[in-house]
Amino acid sequence: MTFGEIEPGAGLKSALARPPADVLARIDASGLRGRGGAGFPTSLKWELAQKSKGDKKYVICNADEGEPGTFKDRVILGDFADMVFEGMTIAAVAIGARHGIVYLRAEYTYLRGHLEAVLQRRRENNLLGENICGREGFDFDIEVHMGAGSYVCGEETALIESLEGQRGEPRNRPPFPIDTGYLGNPTTVNNVETFAWAVCILAKGADWFKRLGTEKSTGHKLFSVSGDCRRPGVYDLPLGITVAELLAEVGGEDAKAVQVGGAAGQCIPRRDFQRGIAYEDIPTGGSIIVFGPGRDMLRVAKNFLEFFIDESCGQCTPCREGAPRLLEGIEMLHRGDCSMTYLDELCSLGETMQLASKCGLGQTAPSTFLSVVQNFRDEILGRTGGN
Amino acid sequence: MLLTERERLHDELAELVTRYGRDRSSLLFILQEVQRRHYHISQYAMQVIADLLDIHPVEVHSVVSFYSFLDERPQGQFVIRLCRTITCDMAGKDHVARQLENDLGIKFGETTPDGKFSLDWANCLGMCDRGPALLVNQQVHTQVTPEKVHGILQECRQTFGVHATSDGRETRT
Ligand SMILES: Cc1cc2nc3c(=O)[nH]c(=O)nc-3n(C[C@H](O)[C@H](O)[C@H](O)COP(=O)(O)O)c2cc1C
Ligand code: SF4
Ligand code: FES
Repeated sequence: MTFGEIEPGAGLKSALARPPADVLARIDASGLRGRGGAGFPTSLKWELAQKSKGDKKYVICNADEGEPGTFKDRVILGDFADMVFEGMTIAAVAIGARHGIVYLRAEYTYLRGHLEAVLQRRRENNLLGENICGREGFDFDIEVHMGAGSYVCGEETALIESLEGQRGEPRNRPPFPIDTGYLGNPTTVNNVETFAWAVCILAKGADWFKRLGTEKSTGHKLFSVSGDCRRPGVYDLPLGITVAELLAEVGGEDAKAVQVGGAAGQCIPRRDFQRGIAYEDIPTGGSIIVFGPGRDMLRVAKNFLEFFIDESCGQCTPCREGAPRLLEGIEMLHRGDCSMTYLDELCSLGETMQLASKCGLGQTAPSTFLSVVQNFRDEILGRTGGN
Repeated sequence: MLLTERERLHDELAELVTRYGRDRSSLLFILQEVQRRHYHISQYAMQVIADLLDIHPVEVHSVVSFYSFLDERPQGQFVIRLCRTITCDMAGKDHVARQLENDLGIKFGETTPDGKFSLDWANCLGMCDRGPALLVNQQVHTQVTPEKVHGILQECRQTFGVHATSDGRETRT
């Protein structure tokens, strides 16, 4: 993995050797986009947080990793925790923050002791705390906060609600966290992996980062690969790689479909395996689930819908009411008694959910249903296996 | 609940509120600690916490009910959470589930009468390359097979009776 090749501390040293504006410029030149899934330009988010008025600013690391099929953040936190904290410290330099928070999902509680130990060592080595690395007035420290079992808390405004001791219900945006974030203060929320890449970029330069990837999706990304393949695990690969190339890498050449981006992502059928995995084509936070020739795609769609129904915060109608209707539809298809007319109705309901839901959960909940209905009609219509 | 027990819980909660701060943003910390120590957050505990933080008990309840790792009803000393999401499903989680039910004599969502085990579903645990996966309290087990279930439960039973569980919680006396 690239992260293993970076000299510890080189990124922070480089950040402290230049004015904050240059740190931002370097990240900007690299084209780094958020590794959590949405792909928002990291330099722009940091610049807005830097410009936002307020003397108490926060850097938050989103370690809620709840997207089905994603586990690369767990691996980064386990093997490269120092890099994540170094990246958060670089963000603090860039935006002028003194406080950092890692929001760690409850399911990863077993990582907490390790993270606290690494933080303590960084404090002892003057990499956190007051006058960091001997720079007068540069104070920054990081706390770990635990989640309590909720996927939607990975959405950045829900995450902030949760940190404030509330139910994890997404807020209306705007205002954005960069202006009104944690306790009303300017806040940048970034994915675990985004911070680690920021370190690499400061250490090795923007051109080094850009040498791989595509024009709009620069650099490498970590992929979490699971399902029907011979070599599941975490892969460090350039963005823009085609689904077919990725499958060859992981030993899943005979797949009939691949889920890119988790339950919130897209289900890519075999005929589209030449498409590229990149923000401009098939975007992803890194979850790749391979479905072999024998898999029942209806079972896949059902599993994802059950996930969304279980995790919806219930705040808005399209998501709360829509997802159970789609699940009913899947059960009808399974029994073999869904008419084409009704299926079309369900598809337009799915499209309404995509448009009218308040947050990404409801907006993406119908996507696998829609792509399975679109791409696997022969497999799902006219079933006779039911009761 | 006996009066002395109530008083003891009240003092304990007051101490937690002092430790984490009398702010709304301390609420989750406090609730997580109560859950860890008492295996649930009782109505009475919610009321006391609300009083101490000067918020309405309904607000505390609405937070507790939102999060799947916070419970109003007493959970077992060992909470087993089996992942039901897609890759673990494809890796055979149904068989593991059945064997867990067989060996514990309870269904998902239930707690054994002796209060030792609760059985629950979880969504993706971030172990998808090594499914089926389950959590026993904070500890993760991967590539679980029906055959391995017995050993996992035995390991818990052996921890029971000594002074600390696998994640360092004090046992009830
Ligand atoms: C339902 C939902 C769940 C999310 N879960 C996560 C998550 O677990 N981790 C994450 O980094 N981003 C998650 N996001 C995206 C965040 O809202 C946010 O875009 C991200 O943390 C920004 O970081 P980045 O720009 O570095 O990618 C989620 C979004 C939604 C709508
Ligand atoms: S879309 Fe779903 S999860 Fe998002 S705010 Fe609405 S109800 Fe909550
Ligand atoms: S699907 Fe079970 S751990 Fe991810």
